[in-house]
Amino acid sequence: MNQFTLAAVNFAWLPILPLIAVTLGAIVVMLVGPNVDDEDSAGLGLVALMTVLAAFVLTLFTLGQNSLAFGGALAVDDYSGFFELVILAATAVTIGMSLDYAADEGLAGAEYYALILFAALGMMLMAAAGDLIIIFLGLETMSIAVYALVGFMRRDPRSNEAALKYFLLGAFSTGFLLYGIALVYGATGTIRLDPVRAAISGGMASNPLLLMGLGMMLIGFGFKVAAVPFHMWTPDAYEGAPTPITAFMAVGVKLAAFAGFLRIFLVHLGPLSAQWSDVLWVIAVLTMTVGNVVALVQANIKRMLAYSAIAHAGYVIVGMAAASSHQAGGAILYYLLGYSFTNLGAFAVVVALERHGEVRDRITDFRGLARTHPALAAAMALFMLSLAGVPPLAGFVGKFYLFSAALNAGLVWLVIIAAINSAISVYYYTRVIVEMYAREGEGVSVKRIGTRPALLLSLAVGVAGTILIGLFPQPYMSASASAFASATSRPALKTTALLR
Amino acid sequence: MGGFWLTGLIFVPTLGAFGVLMQNDEESIWRSAFIFSLIPLAMSLYLFAAFDPHQAAYQFVERYSWISQFGISYHVGMDGISLFLVILTTLLISLSLLYSGGGDIEMRPREFCFMMLVLETGLIGALLAIDLFLFYVFWEVMLVPMYLMIGIWGHGRKIYATFKFVLFTMIGSLLMLVAILYLVGAARAQIGHLTFDLPDLYNVPLSRTEARWLFAGFAIAFAIKVPMWPVHTWLPDAHTEAPTAGSVMLAGVMLKMGTYGFLRFAIPLFPEVAIEATPIFMALAVVGIIYGALVAMVQPDLKRIVAYSSVSHLGFVMLGIFALNPQGIEGAVYQMLNHGVSTGALFLMVGMIYVRRHTREVSEFGGLWKTVPMFAALFMVVMLSSIGLPGLNGFVGEFLILLGTFLHSEPAAWVAVIGLVLGALYMMWAYERVMWGPVTKSINQTIKDLSGREIAVMVPLVALMLLMGLYPRPLLSRMEPSVNALLDRVQAAQARLDASHARTLAALAAPVRNPGDK
Repeated sequence: MNQFTLAAVNFAWLPILPLIAVTLGAIVVMLVGPNVDDEDSAGLGLVALMTVLAAFVLTLFTLGQNSLAFGGALAVDDYSGFFELVILAATAVTIGMSLDYAADEGLAGAEYYALILFAALGMMLMAAAGDLIIIFLGLETMSIAVYALVGFMRRDPRSNEAALKYFLLGAFSTGFLLYGIALVYGATGTIRLDPVRAAISGGMASNPLLLMGLGMMLIGFGFKVAAVPFHMWTPDAYEGAPTPITAFMAVGVKLAAFAGFLRIFLVHLGPLSAQWSDVLWVIAVLTMTVGNVVALVQANIKRMLAYSAIAHAGYVIVGMAAASSHQAGGAILYYLLGYSFTNLGAFAVVVALERHGEVRDRITDFRGLARTHPALAAAMALFMLSLAGVPPLAGFVGKFYLFSAALNAGLVWLVIIAAINSAISVYYYTRVIVEMYAREGEGVSVKRIGTRPALLLSLAVGVAGTILIGLFPQPYMSASASAFASATSRPALKTTALLR
Repeated sequence: MGGFWLTGLIFVPTLGAFGVLMQNDEESIWRSAFIFSLIPLAMSLYLFAAFDPHQAAYQFVERYSWISQFGISYHVGMDGISLFLVILTTLLISLSLLYSGGGDIEMRPREFCFMMLVLETGLIGALLAIDLFLFYVFWEVMLVPMYLMIGIWGHGRKIYATFKFVLFTMIGSLLMLVAILYLVGAARAQIGHLTFDLPDLYNVPLSRTEARWLFAGFAIAFAIKVPMWPVHTWLPDAHTEAPTAGSVMLAGVMLKMGTYGFLRFAIPLFPEVAIEATPIFMALAVVGIIYGALVAMVQPDLKRIVAYSSVSHLGFVMLGIFALNPQGIEGAVYQMLNHGVSTGALFLMVGMIYVRRHTREVSEFGGLWKTVPMFAALFMVVMLSSIGLPGLNGFVGEFLILLGTFLHSEPAAWVAVIGLVLGALYMMWAYERVMWGPVTKSINQTIKDLSGREIAVMVPLVALMLLMGLYPRPLLSRMEPSVNALLDRVQAAQARLDASHARTLAALAAPVRNPGDK
C-alpha cells in the first residue's frame, strides 16, 4: 500500500474518469428524478447532456496514451478513445432529440435519461475493454438499459412487443457470447486479451476449444451488430422503440458492438484470421443482400432504416473479412464514423416529423415535405444520399475506403457484390427523396423546428458530420487509421501499477 | 498554370445556386440564375480564345492535394476534347435557363434553378477532372440534380423514369468504381504509392484478363450513359418524361459524358483491350444506329422521336470513336457537339410546342407551317442540321465519322449510311406530318408563333449550326493535338499487340520449322 502514491493514482484514474463521470451523472439524474415534476424533466435531460459533454471533454484528455489499466482489464488507447468519443457524441445527439420528444410522447421521467446514460456507460466499457469479462460486463450494462428503453412507451403495444423480442433474443445471444468466452478461457487459461493473442501466436491456433469459443463469440456479436442470419429482432425492435432510442440503437449499440467485435477479432485474433475470414465473407454477403433486398419493400421508415442498418453492418463486415489488408481497421472505423453521423441525422428527421398521439413513420408520411418544410427535406435528402453512397458525402467516402481495403486484401468478388448491393440500396433511399420532392401531396405539418433548439442542434450535427467527414476526409481517415493502429501496436503487457 | 479559371468554371455555378436560393420573387430567381449561368459561359469563351491550339497537354492545370492518404488530388485541366464540351455545357445551361423562365417551368422555380446550376458544376467538373476520384465524384454529383429534375418537373410516368434512370446509371458507375479501385491497387504495386492521377495510371502492367475486366468495368458505365444498344432503355423514358430543360441537358451534355469517358478514360487506359473490342463496339454502334432510327420512325410522340434519334446519333459517335483513327475520332468529337446543339434545339422546339398545346402527339398537329411560320422555319433548319445536310454542322461530323469508319471497316460504314438515310426519312416524315398539309385541328389555328424570348434562345443555336457547318477549322484544329495524343497511345498498343502476335506465331511455327530439334 505504500507504493500507492498520488502520482500513480492520478495517472491510473485518468482513463476511467469519463466512465466515472457518466456513472455519477446517471446516479444524480436518478436520485434527483423523484423530486422533479414530469413536466420539468427536460431539466434532467439537460443534466444528462452536460454529463455526456463533460465525459467527452475528459475523454479528449485520455487520447495519445497506449497502455493497460487495472491489470489489463481496461485498454487505454486511441482505439477506445475513438469509439468513446463517437459513442458520447451519439449519446448527446440522442438526448438532444429526446428533450422535446420525450415530453411530447409522455416519456417524461428521470429513468429515461438515467437509462440512456447507463447504456452509454456500457458502450464505453465495451470500447475500452482489455479483457473478455469487461466486454461482457459492458455488453450487459448496455443491453439491459436498452431493453428497458425500447419498451419505454408502456401503453404502446408495439413498444412492448419490441422490448420483449429484443430482450429474449438479446439474452439468448448474450448466452452465446458468454459460452464463447468460457471456452476461450478454458482453452487459453486467461480472459485478458493480450495473453489470448500471445497464446494463439504461440501455437494454440487450431485448438478445437478455442475455435468453438470463437464461433460462439461470433454468433454473440453477430446478434448485437444485427448480421444476417442473426438479425431477426432488428426491424421489430427498431420499429417499436421510441424513435430517439431507435437512433441510439442504430448508432450507439452498433458502434459498441463493433468496438468489441473488432477488438477481439481484428486486433487480437488477427493471427487466426484465416480461420474466420471466410465465415465473415459469407456473413457479409448475406447481411448486405438480405438487408438491402428486404429494405426495398418496407413501407415504414423505421423498418427501412433498420434494414438499411443491417445492410451497413454488412459493409463493415466486408472490411472485417479484409483483415489481411493494413487498411481494413482504419477503413472500418472511418466508415462507422460517417455512418453514425448520417444515421443520427436521418433519425432526427424522423423524430421531427412525429407528433404527440400520431404515428408518422410511414415513408408516405414524407410526401410533400419539400414543399412544407424545405430545409428539413433537404437535410433528409442529404442523409439518404450519404447512406446510398453518393459522393462527396461521408457514406460514399466510407464505402470507397472500405472497398479499397477489401480489394487490397484480394476480395474482388466480395467488393463487386458489395457494389451491386450499393446500387440496389439507391432505390429505397431515393424513394424517400421521391416522396418528399416529386410526389404531389399535402405533406404533414411539423411543429416548427425553430422552437426545438436541441433537435435543431442534433440535426445540424448530423448535417455537418455528413458533409465535413465526406468532403474533407483526410483528418478523419488519419484519426481512424491511427486509432486502430494504437490497438494493434501496444507494447506487450505494459500495465499501470494500480491494483496489480 | 492558368490561375483559377477552371475552378471558377466549376464552382461559380454552385455559388450561383446558393445565390438563387436567397431570391424570393419569381422574376429575380430566373434573372439571377440566368446571370449566374452567363459568368461560366463568358469564362469558357475566354478559355476558347486563350487555348493554345498547338498543345496536346492539359492546359490551365490546377492541382492541390485533397486526400493525401490515397494520393487523391484536386487535379483539373482542359484539353482540346473537353474544351468544346465545356462550352457546350455552359451555353446549353444558359439557354435552358433563359427558355425555362418563359413559362415552361410552372412550379418551384427556385429549386429548379438551383438544380440546373448544381448540374452545371457536376458536368463541368466531370469534364475537367484529371484525377479519377475527382471524376467519379462529379460523375455522381451530376446524377442527383438530373434525377430530381425529372422527378419533380417531369411529366407522365416521371417516377418510373427517374428510378430507371438512377438504377441504370448507378449500377454502371459502381462497377466503374470497383474497376478504378482495382486499377489503383495494381498501380500501387508498380509505383509504390497510391495515386488516382490519370497520367500516372497509364501503363500500369496488367495481365490480359485483368485489363479486359477493368475495361469492361469502365465501358459498361460509359455505355449505359451513352447509351449504347442494348442498355439504352432508360433513355426514352427519361427523355420523354423530363422537363424540356432536363431533356436538353440530358441529351445535350450528359450523354456525351459516356462517349467522353471512352475517349478520356476507357480507351487510353486500356488501349490494347479497346483495339481488341473494336468489332464488338462497332457492331453495337451499328445496331444502335439502325435500331434507333427504326424505332424513332414509328413513335407517335415527337419527344420520343427525338429521344430515339439520340440513340441513333450516339451510335454514330461510338462508331467514330472505335474507328480509332484521326478522322473517326475528330468526327466523333465534332458530332458530340453537333448532337448537343441540334438535339438540344430539337428538344427546345418540342418543348415550345408542348407549352402551347400540352401534347406532343404527332397526330395532334398538321399544317403548322401556315399558323406558326417562324416556328416551322426554325424547326426546318434544326431538323436539317440534325439529319446532316451539307452546309450545316451535322454534315461535317457525319462525313468525318463515315470517312474514318470506311478506312477501318467498310461493311460498318455501309450500314451506317443506311442509318443516315433512315435518319433523314423519319425526321422529314415527322416534319411533314406536323408542319405541312391542311390544318386538321382547329385549335392549331389559334396557337401563337414564337415569342421574343424563344427566338433569343434559338438564334445562338442556329448560328452555331451554320458556323460549325461552314467553318469547322477553328474547332478541329484545337481538337487535333489531343486526338493525336490519344491515337499515339492506341498505335503504341497496336504495335505491342502486333509484336505479341508475331511472337505467338513464331512460337507456334518454331516446332514446325525445326522438326528435328526434339
